[in-house]
Amino acid sequence: MSWRKLPALDPDNTAFWTSGATGRLQIMHCAACRRFQHPPLPVCPSCGESLVPEPVSGQAEVVSYSINWQPWVAGQAVPFVFAVVELKEQQGLWVMTNIVDCDPSAVRIGMRVDVCFEHHEDVWLPLFRPEAVA
Amino acid sequence: MMTYPEQRVAITGAGQSTVARVLPQSALQLTVSACRRAVESAGLEPGAIDGICSYPGVMDNGNGFSPVGLQDVRMAMGLKPTWYAATAMESAGQMSAFFAAIHALASGVVRHVLVFRTTGEGSARQRQKGAMVWGGSSSRVSGMWQWAVPYGAFSPAPWYATFATRYQHEYGLTPEQLGAVAVNARRMAALNPSAVYRTPLSLADYLESRLIASPLRLYDCDVPVDGATAFVLSQQEAWVDCAQSPLRFASVGHAFDQGGLRQPTDLTSFGAEAVGRMLWARTDLTPDDLDVAQIYDGFSILTLHWLEALQLCPKGEAGRFVEGGERIGLDGSLPMNTSGGQLSAGRLHGFGHVYEACLQLWGLAGQRQVPDARVALACAGAYGLGAMILMRD
Repeated sequence: MSWRKLPALDPDNTAFWTSGATGRLQIMHCAACRRFQHPPLPVCPSCGESLVPEPVSGQAEVVSYSINWQPWVAGQAVPFVFAVVELKEQQGLWVMTNIVDCDPSAVRIGMRVDVCFEHHEDVWLPLFRPEAVA
Repeated sequence: MMTYPEQRVAITGAGQSTVARVLPQSALQLTVSACRRAVESAGLEPGAIDGICSYPGVMDNGNGFSPVGLQDVRMAMGLKPTWYAATAMESAGQMSAFFAAIHALASGVVRHVLVFRTTGEGSARQRQKGAMVWGGSSSRVSGMWQWAVPYGAFSPAPWYATFATRYQHEYGLTPEQLGAVAVNARRMAALNPSAVYRTPLSLADYLESRLIASPLRLYDCDVPVDGATAFVLSQQEAWVDCAQSPLRFASVGHAFDQGGLRQPTDLTSFGAEAVGRMLWARTDLTPDDLDVAQIYDGFSILTLHWLEALQLCPKGEAGRFVEGGERIGLDGSLPMNTSGGQLSAGRLHGFGHVYEACLQLWGLAGQRQVPDARVALACAGAYGLGAMILMRD
């Protein structure tokens, strides 16, 4: 069993936490303002229209991170990288996550990353790994 | 200049329990000890207290964050208050209890309010390892916790470390500069018999200490303790009842933060600039008038953010401001965290900082006394933000 503690799904957050089932990350979006909103809200804070989940590219850049050496719960593997990434679609569209599939010491601010998903029960946690270089 | 409500209110008494990593006394015993000392220090009888206020009110969740409530204190102290309020987690942070009491006092509802805060985080951790982890014992997380806890941030350390990493990136903060906050705290704690950690800590010791969440090391994180702190706040007409010089609120400042884990918009600040603007707009005092400053240090990086937000140094300069420790030492231009702060004197959640400000202004700070301190600043928070300037006339 994983050490991960999962989010409780509700009508506002379900699209974000389950979009990995489709293989594409979805973020709440206002069609009128053409703005993404994360964390999810039911309505657009600018115009009041309802927000709808919209698929995004899954491409992002590391805004900041910490390399964590302290396990906080039993079984939590260290070191792990806790990070804030900015999704490519919009300046300031930040998501908290883990950077995976790379040596923690290789993580840098500005590093390009792609979304991947880790499936637990009814949740697909969006994680990010270094951008695949063709 | 017009008079703001806080300027008609003063701290007239202050008391603190024994503070230690783990204490045998109950949280309520510690609270009563602090409250009795505060009331005695004001020269009052408990019957004179007609209001009680605390932050964030009792939490019966076993994590020690706030184990004692207003009813507990009312009953144990035999008080008959006519006004009481606990400010919540969603408030201007720890200082919000002072702000609420100020409003009740300045509006004339009450004359003397007992303001207290108790933490039992040390013994909670001893009872149950992991008692304090974010997300608690529930099987799933919701609200703002859902954005961080599933990614392993069961503590604020991984989260605030991202602020430190970004600040390093933008402003070139060095490990030696960040370490100066912890080293200063320990140097001050050596002069404070009540501090939890008093053994000397050199910069080399700091740099060799283990990383918790890079770049934050063990000594960048404050210490969970058992302890209680209490104050008597009195309205201007009631100052004559009191034994000590009233410590007037020259100004207060508060602000919404960025929303904690919800919607960060800047990782080089947590939004306290608005606190600084409010604080200095309500007084003729300027940063140069401060004799001593108690700057929140739940994590050392927060101290640097607060120094900049409160206009005590320019943006991006806080690392150079504290570097070497001279400027923030007892002989410096801004003696800082003279009790040892939360890093060395324990996580009393801002209330320890206010207590130390009072001791300094009353000339009761012993070996760490700043000579003739008349103007002191105290601030607290990172999730919920508040600051105050206290002065002795």
